[in-house]
Amino acid sequence: MHTRKGLAAVAAIAVAALAACSSSSSSSPAASSSPSSSNPLAPSSAKGSVVVGSANFPEDELLATIYIQALQAKGIKVTPKLSIGAREVYYPQIEKGAISIIPEYNGALLTTSVNPSSTAATTAAVNAELKAKLPSTLEILNPAPAQDKDSVTVTQATAAKYHLTSISGLAPYAKVMVFGGPPEFKTRADGLPGLQKVYGLTFKGFDPLDESGPLTLSALTSGKVQAADVFTTTPYIATSHLVSLADPKALFAAQNVIPLVYKPAANATITDTLNAISAKLTTAALLAMDVAVISQHQDYGTVAAGFLKANGLS
Amino acid sequence: MSFFTFAWDWVTQAANWHGPGSIPHQVLAHLGYSGLSLLVAALIAIPLGIAIGHTGRGAVFVVNLANAWRAIPTLGLLILLAVLLGFSFVTWLVPLVVLAIPPILVNTYEGVAGVDRGVKDAALGAGMTGWQQVTRVEVPIAMPLILVGLRTAAIFMVATATIAAYIGLGGLGRYIVDGLASDQYGPVAGGALLVIILAVAVLALFAGLSRLIIPAGLRRQGRSE
Amino acid sequence: MSWSWVSVNGSLIWQLTRQTAYLGVVPALIGLAISVPLGVTAARWRWFSPPALAAVNVIYAIPSLALFIALIPALGLSDTNVIVALTLFSLCIMVPNVIAGLRSVAEPVRQAATAMGYGQLRQLVGVELPLATPVIIGGLRVAVVSSISLASVGQLIGVSSLGYLFIDGLQRSFPTEIYVGLVLIIVLALACDLVLVGARRALTPWAAR
Repeated sequence: MHTRKGLAAVAAIAVAALAACSSSSSSSPAASSSPSSSNPLAPSSAKGSVVVGSANFPEDELLATIYIQALQAKGIKVTPKLSIGAREVYYPQIEKGAISIIPEYNGALLTTSVNPSSTAATTAAVNAELKAKLPSTLEILNPAPAQDKDSVTVTQATAAKYHLTSISGLAPYAKVMVFGGPPEFKTRADGLPGLQKVYGLTFKGFDPLDESGPLTLSALTSGKVQAADVFTTTPYIATSHLVSLADPKALFAAQNVIPLVYKPAANATITDTLNAISAKLTTAALLAMDVAVISQHQDYGTVAAGFLKANGLS
Repeated sequence: MSFFTFAWDWVTQAANWHGPGSIPHQVLAHLGYSGLSLLVAALIAIPLGIAIGHTGRGAVFVVNLANAWRAIPTLGLLILLAVLLGFSFVTWLVPLVVLAIPPILVNTYEGVAGVDRGVKDAALGAGMTGWQQVTRVEVPIAMPLILVGLRTAAIFMVATATIAAYIGLGGLGRYIVDGLASDQYGPVAGGALLVIILAVAVLALFAGLSRLIIPAGLRRQGRSE
Repeated sequence: MSWSWVSVNGSLIWQLTRQTAYLGVVPALIGLAISVPLGVTAARWRWFSPPALAAVNVIYAIPSLALFIALIPALGLSDTNVIVALTLFSLCIMVPNVIAGLRSVAEPVRQAATAMGYGQLRQLVGVELPLATPVIIGGLRVAVVSSISLASVGQLIGVSSLGYLFIDGLQRSFPTEIYVGLVLIIVLALACDLVLVGARRALTPWAAR
């Protein structure tokens, strides 16, 4: 049975509203969008069903798949819209209800989309500020203990050469280093602008790469960049012997996995189901699942079903 | 049209014309990638096309290549090499060259193979060696088609170099990929407009080149037909 | 190559393949429907064909990704966007072919048709278009093959197709997905090409094999 559900969910990934060949324009997974005068990339507003979205990196697709399977097990009809894009792309969609639920990271959500000048760093402070400042259409549910933070990561060789253990240590060397990260890191408040403001770091250049993926790894190991934004649950940090630098000034806020929900689409069943998942999701569990889908190329659906079963959630 | 409004607003912002990652810098990078791949592809495809056209050996292969090469998805090829090899020079140069070779090869072959039998006999009768026949008769006559092949490949390179931004290459595609990632249509539209302008400029360049390079006799013949 | 991935993801792969076929074949067919009347017009009124051919040349030079983006304000990040863009490219391939096909009909053939009392329309439908069919189908083959392959670029604006396998394969550094995407796109394109070769043979039994 689990395999079945897994299959269905996997099929849904990316197929996201592939729908039938006759499908209308609203069937694109990245954005069911219609023209808008202010921003043509902005989406159209909501339709009836519960739409679970995800950002465009494997861990978020995995988390969304866990949500989807758990909700489907409770008999809720779910339309998946996975691998949509960066937060800058999907946030306007959930704000308008084109997406109902998306697995989020509380700190990044706060500083990217809600309050760029926030200084909240702890899980409690971040959540309190989110609850106060999220638009009235959105709410966050319970945070999971699992965290996946952005980090400034360097190779072991670079760390040894400059005696680096923390981001502060980069100060004398930043001007000879090229920084790599996903394209949006260049403009995010807790991206390059934050590194400049909080740590006074001005890098020699910025190379747009991917979301903590293989391009980032290869750019780091080949010396194309000397430091990069890598998510802390990325399996290759351990396997490629990279060093994630400490963040003593808490530029990167707490990053607990948290369900972000479009209120009008929510109900008690949905809330209870997602909170039950959050309760069981630890950083260790998340890292283990990342290793399974990213390093071992297991299926999102299979890994998600395994997690739900192991925790008595399916 | 709102595409042009967005694109024009962005392109005309002075800030986008200075510093690293500015428009002149990315245009040069784009031309660099396209030009280098075209050059390497031409160095391989033109001699090969001439040899096959002259000797007729391997013609079946070339004829089948004529349509099949279009089936290769450029995005997939670029990503495959990025995953297999990580980011290096080879990662983008190899797929671009591979994709530029077929149009040049096919057109060169057709140009050379299509030289009139009578013309070849006349060259032979005038006492030309095989090498002279190729360089003084067959290649000049095939030149219009060789240029068509180069033009097709050049335009294809401009398009493919754009997509290569997705695997971390510079060039005008950067604006598109980065803009899409951060939900800003301005740079996306601006980058796209610049790519279109570049492609049309390449088209115009080849129109000019064909006037310069194609022998006057052939041009007159073309007009009278 | 991980065959277990392929076997577990059969339904995903099948749906992506169907979507790719849809995004590739529909534009070529719409292109055919539009390019025939356009080509007939251009072949009839000779002044119409140089501007038509010039326009076609310029449009064809526009990179696919740039065209998708130019269409976003009007059509959004949608299937329709990709279909319209690929239809334009198909037109660029096919209009010149229709013109060339019609012009290739030998003058004596036209005169014979006129002598048999064929009016202009009957001559076009009964004689010229059938004789131009091999060249028109030649254009259609190029259009279908290109559209199927270009549809994968639509993934960059979030329009799903086999291109999804490229993006996911990149993110997970997983060559299997990329191989599957590459092979299926090429196989799909060549299969459509073969179907059209068959159609040409069926439609023009008089032509040399």
